[in-house]
Amino acid sequence: MGGAQPYRAGKLPAVRFTAAAVQIAPQKGDVAANLGRIADAAIRSSSEGADLVVFPETSTSGYFLQGGVADAALTTDSLAGELSGRLRELTRPLDVILGFYERADEGFYNSAAHLACTASGCEVVHLHRKFFLPTYGVFDEERFVTRGGHIGSYRCRFGDFAILICEDIWHSISATIAALSGAEALVAISASPARGFAGDNIENLERYERLLRSISEEHGVWTINSMLVGFEGGKGFTGGSMIVDPLGRVVARGPTAQEHMLMAEVDMNEVARARAASPLLSDLKCSTLEIIRLLKAAAREE
Amino acid sequence: MTEDIASLPIVRPEHPEEDPLLDLNPHLVADWLVKFLQDECVRKRGISRAVIGLSGGVDSAVTTYLCARAFAPENTFVFRMPYTISSPESFAHAQLVIDELGLPDRTIDITAMADGYLTQFEDDASATRIGNVCARCRMIVLFDQSAKLRALPIGTGNKTERMFGYFTWHADDAPPINPLGDLYKTQVWRLAEHLGVPEVIIQKPPTADLVKGQTDEGDFGISYRRADRILCRLLAGWTPEQLIEFGFDKNDVEIVRRRVATTHWKRHLPTVAMLSDSAINEFYLRPVDY
Repeated sequence: MGGAQPYRAGKLPAVRFTAAAVQIAPQKGDVAANLGRIADAAIRSSSEGADLVVFPETSTSGYFLQGGVADAALTTDSLAGELSGRLRELTRPLDVILGFYERADEGFYNSAAHLACTASGCEVVHLHRKFFLPTYGVFDEERFVTRGGHIGSYRCRFGDFAILICEDIWHSISATIAALSGAEALVAISASPARGFAGDNIENLERYERLLRSISEEHGVWTINSMLVGFEGGKGFTGGSMIVDPLGRVVARGPTAQEHMLMAEVDMNEVARARAASPLLSDLKCSTLEIIRLLKAAAREE
Repeated sequence: MTEDIASLPIVRPEHPEEDPLLDLNPHLVADWLVKFLQDECVRKRGISRAVIGLSGGVDSAVTTYLCARAFAPENTFVFRMPYTISSPESFAHAQLVIDELGLPDRTIDITAMADGYLTQFEDDASATRIGNVCARCRMIVLFDQSAKLRALPIGTGNKTERMFGYFTWHADDAPPINPLGDLYKTQVWRLAEHLGVPEVIIQKPPTADLVKGQTDEGDFGISYRRADRILCRLLAGWTPEQLIEFGFDKNDVEIVRRRVATTHWKRHLPTVAMLSDSAINEFYLRPVDY
């Protein structure tokens, strides 16, 4: 067991919970209006039985803002505060994960916050800042936001989670790092403008399905995906959110290009069962040190 | 060679008649463009009526079919705007669309409008200049009718003519919403077939209808189908040398390359002298829908 991690003390017993993934079309740059709709959808998801609700990348503002990022960005604390004031109708705990443009002392980020919310307020459980910023073609992120510096798991009341945002998901190494660091569920949020209309479905949405299923079946993790919808200056976001089980099966799928609330039962016991049947992550852990050596050598060769 | 290897079945990529780079799923595209029109017009702007200049050609016909789906036929207002030398055939083809969809329509002859300038002040203007004046008159009519009807003018330009600069600047390209602008002409034909546009409109040679007997392809010196195969590869990063090596005709490649290379300015707003670090669209950057 050369490179394997030691037993992780304090691991939570596997739980079952209900996850909701909400596809929304934000009103461009109108943060107050979007927070209101996000809160309404969160309350609705809770009343429908959700324990966790996930909103897409940049759901508080819309995605293509250019210099408007500075107008729409919120600090993580102010985001938690704004939602706290709008979630007083909650009758039981609800975890909310949502994408937003973050204002920090050192600059702006394309971030996702995990908030634990009750009627009395929201607390920040975790913050992920997008690591891979697409800056090519229609994308121009690195001009307006700063690159995040970390990918890894964190603990919440459902188990060990990790968050990835859009291009983070397109690099297989992101999910690999997340899984190696202990994640048993990945929350993958995105704002993906549709392109490629030759096949049975939109090309980049088909790619998302391949990516998410591949992540889940390789690492034995749940993947909870929420995709933005709506058009921004002619660029339409796909929707088609998916919840994928640790065997790589799509257990719930949202429609294309329509606002929608997707719900599914997530049984974290499935993680251990999937990993027993296909111990790829265990094999990977055993080879971690060798892989690091190879990565360093490959980087030097470049 | 052993017999089993000699008889091993071989599978090769199929070579469909259509260029795979121009392939599209017309059902998927039509649904997406209807959503686009509804989202941009109704959700964003609160406007659920469209105004379209219906020429009798395939681009405005396809745009009209999409708008009729997005806003309902009774909210899709089409305008025929003939000039004195416009073809009666174009007029008749537009009527086919009007009848097929049951659209509110109106004919506004722009001859008096255009000739108020041309015959009075510029009676020796070239065909190109007359064409530009007509296109700009039609733009004035469409925008004014939109204001009257509380509707949005919907553009009809396709990607091929946009890339070729084959339009009148601040005229055909002026409407704020355009569903076809990222589809090559070849793809517009596919979409037209799917939407049920009358066959005679799909099959006829495209024309700007400025001079009797004029066709787009005659003006270009290359057919749309050949041009699109080259154009889509140029835009995907192929060099002219690679295109010729691939088998495209050298003259065809040069026609397409030159059309694109000499018309970049037509795909932009006017050039503004920059004097500050808050120059609009240079430093001060806000998206169109902000």
